[in-house]
Amino acid sequence: MSAKIQDIIQHFLKTRKQKFQASVPDNLFTQCPSCKKMIYRKKIDSNNGICPDCGHHIRISNDQWQNVLFDDQSVQFLFEEYKTVDVLEFPGYKEKLDKLYEKNINEGITTGKARISGIPILFGIMNTDFILGSMGSVLGERIARLFEKGRNQRLPVIILSRSGGARMQEGAVSLMQMTKTAAAAKRFSNSGNLFISLITNPTTGGVTASFAMLGDIIIAEPNALIGFAGPRVIEQTIKQKLPEGFQTSEFLQEKGFVDIICERHDLKETLRRILKIHQY
Amino acid sequence: MDYTSKIKKTIKSLEQISKNQGVDLNEEINSLEKKLTKIDPEKYTEWQEKKKGHTPWERVKIARTLERPKPQDYIEHLIQDFIPLHGDRLGHDDNAIVGGIGYLKDIPVTAISTRRGKELKGNMDANFGMPHPDGYRKALRLAKQAEKFNRPVLFFVDTPGAYCGIGAEERGISEAIARNLFELSDLNVPAFTVITGEGGSGGALALSVSNKIYMMENAILSVISPEGCASILFKDSARAEQAAESLRLTAYDLFELGIADEIQKEREDFNSNPQPTMKDLEENLYNDIFHFSFMDKEKMKTQRYNKYRSIGFFETDKNQLPEKILNTVNGNGDQSGKKTNGHSGNFLKDMARLLGLK
Repeated sequence: MSAKIQDIIQHFLKTRKQKFQASVPDNLFTQCPSCKKMIYRKKIDSNNGICPDCGHHIRISNDQWQNVLFDDQSVQFLFEEYKTVDVLEFPGYKEKLDKLYEKNINEGITTGKARISGIPILFGIMNTDFILGSMGSVLGERIARLFEKGRNQRLPVIILSRSGGARMQEGAVSLMQMTKTAAAAKRFSNSGNLFISLITNPTTGGVTASFAMLGDIIIAEPNALIGFAGPRVIEQTIKQKLPEGFQTSEFLQEKGFVDIICERHDLKETLRRILKIHQY
Repeated sequence: MDYTSKIKKTIKSLEQISKNQGVDLNEEINSLEKKLTKIDPEKYTEWQEKKKGHTPWERVKIARTLERPKPQDYIEHLIQDFIPLHGDRLGHDDNAIVGGIGYLKDIPVTAISTRRGKELKGNMDANFGMPHPDGYRKALRLAKQAEKFNRPVLFFVDTPGAYCGIGAEERGISEAIARNLFELSDLNVPAFTVITGEGGSGGALALSVSNKIYMMENAILSVISPEGCASILFKDSARAEQAAESLRLTAYDLFELGIADEIQKEREDFNSNPQPTMKDLEENLYNDIFHFSFMDKEKMKTQRYNKYRSIGFFETDKNQLPEKILNTVNGNGDQSGKKTNGHSGNFLKDMARLLGLK
């Protein structure tokens, strides 16, 4: 009997919560994933996605990233002609792609040319909204082309990573994109040009284990998750809890795998200084 | 097979354009040539039959059989006068990687393999064939040493994947794999990889940057284990069999996808009597080493670069062909990507599809 009453109360609370949520317009408020406070959306947006209370760097869209990093109206997109195909006829992949195309999300990375304080650069910004920013053929092709263009035009390349790794739905073909991008990065490197890898939350798997770890200079955002295996997978494998702060940017810097940890507000200026020292 | 002749036709047209208008289209031509399937049309039915000899899931299980020759056994059979070498010179020596020098017939080579046991103790010693970062750094050190002494490098790979644990992350497993891909892609000596059993994701990839990838007939190479894929994508690890099929991980699939370059047939009783198969493999590797060693270094490196560079499948928007081709077919520097006149629509359509391989 009491269980039934509990059910009724649960149901009541649930519907009330739903009603309340429905009365607040979407996107007016957002919750900081770190301090859990509700924050006025506009306040966060005007602060480049940084929580005004705890300073946590919340994930922002590709458009917002362009505003943070590049000069106004300097962005010119490249390699947009490459579109994903479901070559393995993997179950559910095509439906997934179609849904994303409907929402006008084109691929796990946008690539192009832009200026940072007047200095022309080539950029790639990964997009976790597209199948966790996973690396498939198109992503690999765009990055390889970016490096090749950088080599030909003697331009620096900056890639902002955030990704779940290789894209399972493209099987070994996506695995091979790791070699493809790393090989292109090597040729680019041999040409004496600068590659800055910007790693943000979360970056794991085949992306960390290829171009993201190959920057001449590696910059990470504070407290980002960066690793090869995801923390849950490791915990399941070794059957013990991971220490606090494991696989964060700070952890990686301590172990010697990240050059600079840079707050979002200071990124553009840091990039400008690095580019200038390299005489671009 | 209709597909093959179409590519051939496109290559011819590209060569014509290249010649007439003096534009360098080698990159495009190379990438198309790479996509020319190497399966002889007359042997296509035979190929299909062989492919269907085992289901993908059966092959996964064969690849994992304990009695199957382990990668270090290939070194034992193929490399004479083998001297094992140890350590990454950075403070560690990984037991999951075997490396050293010896002869393949009469050619001095560096041979590197993962190590797997045939029983529990051996498996524990080799960490079940899962290398730590130190193993990959050891492999890279030996490959660089081979470069110095102008020795070809042979990799024999069978691993469930790179080790997943605290120490591996602390010592930078991502960086170690990335560094191997980066440096090995530019190695100044020819390299060959034989996938002997399980080719587990990035852990196998870091030892598979080569001029040619051989796969044993029942070996597999996959971005994720079928079990892992089933539990993540199908939310049910029991559907591994279906995942194995979907992932296209067998040697035959990988050959068709342009990833594997050779399939090494496994003779009867391969597990109990590997010698005849090893002899075949020795002969093939010897011929390849011979061929690639006489190649101009830059050409050899370009061949390797193009091998990986051309792997990938995508569509290119018909109206937005790659700049260079557009400029060529338009005959001027128009980069708007909208004009497609100057050549028959069919040709462009074909080329768009072929470059993206649909």
